[in-house]
Amino acid sequence: MPETVFAPWSDPDARPLIRFQNVTKRFGDFTAIHDLTLDIFEREFFALLGPSGCGKTTLMRMLAGFETPTSGRIELAGKDIVPVPPNKRAVNMMFQSYALFPHLSVWDNIAFGLRRDNMAKDAIDRRVDEMLKLTRLGRFARRKPHQISGGQRQRVALARSLAKAPKLLLLDEPLGALDAKLRQDTQFELMDIQEKTGTTFVIVTHDQEEAMTVASRIAVMDQGEVIQIATPDKIYEEPESVYVADFIGDVNLIEGRASAHGEGRFRIDWAEGQQPLIAASRLEFAAGQQCHLAIRPEKIAISAERPSDADNAVQGRVHDIAYLGNLSTYHVELPTGAIVKAQTANTRRISRRDFTWEDPVWLSWTATAGVLLAN
Amino acid sequence: MNRLSWFNTVSLTLGFAFLYIPMIILIVFSFNESKLVTVWAGFSTRWYGELMQNQAFLSAAWVTLKVAVFSSTIATVLGTMAAYVLVRGGRFMGRTLFSGMIYAPLVMPEVITGLSLLLLFIGIGLDRGVLTIVLAHTTFSMCYVSVVVSSRLVTFDRSLEEAALDLGCSPIQAFGLVTLPIIAPAVISGWLLAFTLSLDDLVIASFTSGPSSTTLPIKIFSAVRLGVSPEINALSTIMIGIVTVGVITASLVTKRASIRQRREEQEAARA
Repeated sequence: MPETVFAPWSDPDARPLIRFQNVTKRFGDFTAIHDLTLDIFEREFFALLGPSGCGKTTLMRMLAGFETPTSGRIELAGKDIVPVPPNKRAVNMMFQSYALFPHLSVWDNIAFGLRRDNMAKDAIDRRVDEMLKLTRLGRFARRKPHQISGGQRQRVALARSLAKAPKLLLLDEPLGALDAKLRQDTQFELMDIQEKTGTTFVIVTHDQEEAMTVASRIAVMDQGEVIQIATPDKIYEEPESVYVADFIGDVNLIEGRASAHGEGRFRIDWAEGQQPLIAASRLEFAAGQQCHLAIRPEKIAISAERPSDADNAVQGRVHDIAYLGNLSTYHVELPTGAIVKAQTANTRRISRRDFTWEDPVWLSWTATAGVLLAN
Repeated sequence: MNRLSWFNTVSLTLGFAFLYIPMIILIVFSFNESKLVTVWAGFSTRWYGELMQNQAFLSAAWVTLKVAVFSSTIATVLGTMAAYVLVRGGRFMGRTLFSGMIYAPLVMPEVITGLSLLLLFIGIGLDRGVLTIVLAHTTFSMCYVSVVVSSRLVTFDRSLEEAALDLGCSPIQAFGLVTLPIIAPAVISGWLLAFTLSLDDLVIASFTSGPSSTTLPIKIFSAVRLGVSPEINALSTIMIGIVTVGVITASLVTKRASIRQRREEQEAARA
């Protein structure tokens, strides 16, 4: 039986749960969101990623109903939700500060939304217990928010926002206040809960690793516009712009002029007196067109001798070494003065390292290792 | 415990003496046997007994209490509403003007407030009595409540209200179920402030009281003009006692609450 891959975005017949249609939001003279169109599908874990001030939080607050777009339409399951006030939307939000009600116990915090729906008492009891079990908070039900730790508070906030079984859950930097170790565990927990409940999650974050870990798709935003929407691997491996390549992870950007070099391949003249680079590309480039070759440090090999079969090889000198324990990043200075980073896994102990400062080395990569970008 | 240097000991003693010697003298002489206020003739509680028989004082005390309860309650409702709108209302037309105007009664001389209220009541033909004092006290104590409550609202995490809306509250429910319980301590201290201001107000009350509605401060003031009687000392001692018990209870309660909260937070952090 063939396994079906979850990818409603590539199915032309799939109806999105959320549709932003030419949405613009202005605050006075400042344009927070500019003519944005975006689809999010049911059961997706969708990440809005970007630097602070890029409009990702405004976008989320428009979904929750705390902001109204200046123009455009926002649809939830086919209905325009712009005129619907926040308390009438089947959307719940987990706040960055958690916003737990300090005067209510954990139990009452979780039951808060259910009580507003005039649910029967025993139904509320059952639902709250279910949420406590899901978030492993049973022991803390009677405590007040100030009597539990940060990680537990985060789980209460999650339980409270999931209790009403919303069609859509919004998470505003949900893990920002947790320390690194706890954050990693919680990321996996979030994914688990998302899968178990089948709720559509939209997460706002500025942490690219977090977005890569949890999301089914990522929208990279900058200055009120979506730059690229794709799955994490596509965003990383096939960025469509220099901005995305540079924003996600570490990258070497080599500027040059392209010219055709056989089927689907291009020659890049990038410096006087240096051998041109060869890169494969699905995009077409005119002869002499300005371009950037974006290549990730871990896709560059470092060696003492010139490798005989590499498509591209440049010589340089080790300028700096960043030792990260499991990885080392070599900053290699080329004769042109440019620095190229190459990353290797430290499979041997540090005392057995092959290269050290000022060593002459060769950097090499294949024609398909990098991405050729127009801008 | 640190030992104080002699300089600090002296300043502390002088400061407290300056503040409390007049009150101590008053308390001591309230137990004086003699009718002459300045001559000590032995311990007695007879003036307390006589005070209880004095209908004029008792009815003034009753009027004062009624006025204080009503005016501080109305002032708390209005002051809280004003504070909420000024802090949360966003930028509406004339916001700066309103927020400036709400504080004006704080600096306005009481004589002027009293006189203007008197002119108003005469103008609209309202007979002076308990009602006019309540209205006048509400007017001037409302701004104190609004200052206390708005300083709490400024530091209030807005996302708590948004969370309430998000979970299905109407804006009014969000205020009642989330905002009000959280700012309750500020609202209560606003009420207490308004209550005490009303209790000891003399100036505005003398402008707005009628013949049938003398408040205790007015009664004391007019009695003293005919000479200080030991009865007045007894009355004042009772008032000092009530205030002292109130202040000590309030501070003990808040202190114990804050100690408990800190301990619980430490326990949560350790767990």
